Amino acid sequence: MRNSRVKVNGLFFVLISVFFYSGLSAEEPLIPNPEDTTKICIPRPPTNVLATDAVYDKGNVVNLNWVPSPDDNGDGKILQYQILRRLENDSVFALIDSVIAGTAFYKDETVESGQTYQYMVVAICDGGSGPSEPSPPVTPDMEWLNFALSNIFVIGLLICGSVIYFIGKAKSGRPLFIRKIAGLEAVDEAIGRATEMGRPILYVPGIQDMDDVQTIAGLTILGRVARVVADYDTKIKVPVSRSLVMTASRETLKAAYMAAGRPDAFNENMAQYITDEQFGYVAAVDGMIIRERPATTFFLGAFFAESLILAETGNSIGAIQIGGTANPAQLPFFVAACDFTLIGEELFAASAYLSGEPRQLGSLKGQDVGKALAMIAIVLGAITTTIGQAWNFEFISAIADLLNSLFRTN
Amino acid sequence: MRREIPLLITGIVGVVFVIQYFIPHYPFNQLNNWFSDWFSIIAACAIWLGALNLLKVSANKIYRKREDWGFSIVIIVCFLIITIIGFAEGEGFRNIGTKFDWLYQYVYTPLSSTMFALLAFFVASASYRAFRARNFDATLLLVAAFLVMIGRVPVGDAIAMKLHLPLSIYPSEISSWIMNVFNTAGQRAIMIGIALGIVSTSLRVILGIERAHLGGD
Repeated sequence: MRNSRVKVNGLFFVLISVFFYSGLSAEEPLIPNPEDTTKICIPRPPTNVLATDAVYDKGNVVNLNWVPSPDDNGDGKILQYQILRRLENDSVFALIDSVIAGTAFYKDETVESGQTYQYMVVAICDGGSGPSEPSPPVTPDMEWLNFALSNIFVIGLLICGSVIYFIGKAKSGRPLFIRKIAGLEAVDEAIGRATEMGRPILYVPGIQDMDDVQTIAGLTILGRVARVVADYDTKIKVPVSRSLVMTASRETLKAAYMAAGRPDAFNENMAQYITDEQFGYVAAVDGMIIRERPATTFFLGAFFAESLILAETGNSIGAIQIGGTANPAQLPFFVAACDFTLIGEELFAASAYLSGEPRQLGSLKGQDVGKALAMIAIVLGAITTTIGQAWNFEFISAIADLLNSLFRTN
Repeated sequence: MRREIPLLITGIVGVVFVIQYFIPHYPFNQLNNWFSDWFSIIAACAIWLGALNLLKVSANKIYRKREDWGFSIVIIVCFLIITIIGFAEGEGFRNIGTKFDWLYQYVYTPLSSTMFALLAFFVASASYRAFRARNFDATLLLVAAFLVMIGRVPVGDAIAMKLHLPLSIYPSEISSWIMNVFNTAGQRAIMIGIALGIVSTSLRVILGIERAHLGGD
């Protein structure tokens, strides 16, 4: 019984094999015709495949260079190069990526530090391939210091050093000249107006979370504003779009009211969470502006598309508006819709400016050293680039390149 | 202590972040990711604070029948609907075809788009005020804006072609020149100022000189 079943199965297998074999042989011969050379393409392989560990990295990059196949001469014969990789102990190379013909470099950013790798580059043409010899093994390693960023380190040291120097100088009591910022000069007047009109103040610290430096700048200004508000016994509302900003705003308001000697006037609902959703938040704040008609509005922090919607709504009710952000694309909207605008760096300078404390003002003076550095680099760069290109002076061009690389981070 | 501990944490974290920028070696190369993860966890927990605050303020408004308390009912009802549906649908609540997705696609997105669409009208009203030629600066702005706008539409170049103007003074060329030279230079100047402002503010916070956000002087 068992033997007969084996026989039947064997016969069935033979029949199926004959059927498929005959089907294949009808359309595609297994052995190609040696005279038909049009479809056969065996490219000469790339040579000198060299894998090197990238310097100053986390040990996650290997640079691969090779000499392209002699058949890669732009006539389209070589379609691409396939990059194959294996761990030193593995026997098989695996395909990791491919690059177009004419390329002789590949950056592998998928390696692990401490592992040893070998690479192969395969030239691919229509119907054939030419694999290179395996590259010498390479072991990517982590570096302790990124010397490629030494320019940033030196510039950072200069700027930070000058900020600390001027803070120290300010502490010694020497007077520092700080230019007047109209938007900040108007803060007291704007709060006074709200007090006289008996209407609230609306303070919006942007729509980003506490990990954005603009939000931190917005909250530091809130601390200064809230202290004056507490002194004047005016109402302030701080609608926020992030829970963490709500808790930080509450702490800021509470501390400001305590510092002003008015802890009784503090109410934790002054800072109210609305929603994380951008336009949901805008709808709620717009509603507040229309219903409660604040006399003064502050928009200080990180703003995006909602900047103009908020500022125009505030403008429509005739509020005094002070806006400020470090998003250059939103600044024109604040300039058009607000009475005063803190442009970029003024937002960050505002808290120090309002405090009037010498140490804080000293830090603003330190910034000027950075600006002077940038101005000198820009003017010298423009002059050397123009002279270097117009008269082809190599030395001058080298200076231009040096200046150009001074502020580069990669 | 209430102020000193946050200042200490801020100072240490600030210095560590500066150092990790220059050291690619472990564990410094992971600090950025770790701190980001910690921040995400704290922010995710803090969302409940926000949600509870929203409910508390709205419920209080309804209870005391304050002005416009009807809006607070809408807030609470919508909050409950979306939260209950989200939880009821479990892990895949954001998949296409769920009730949560339906609410997102057909309620939230149109409402959000409507608010965004208001921007067009506000741009018109703000432009009208900004471009009134009241003084030299405003006139300059008006002329520049006119040239940029006429250069961005095909009719500008079509008129120049009819008038047989040289190619170099076609509106599209002038528009590109204004955007690439004046606009880019201005934006870069602002960006340099912002970068320096961030450095200065960060230093003040790290060194503990800036304490306004902690209620200090």
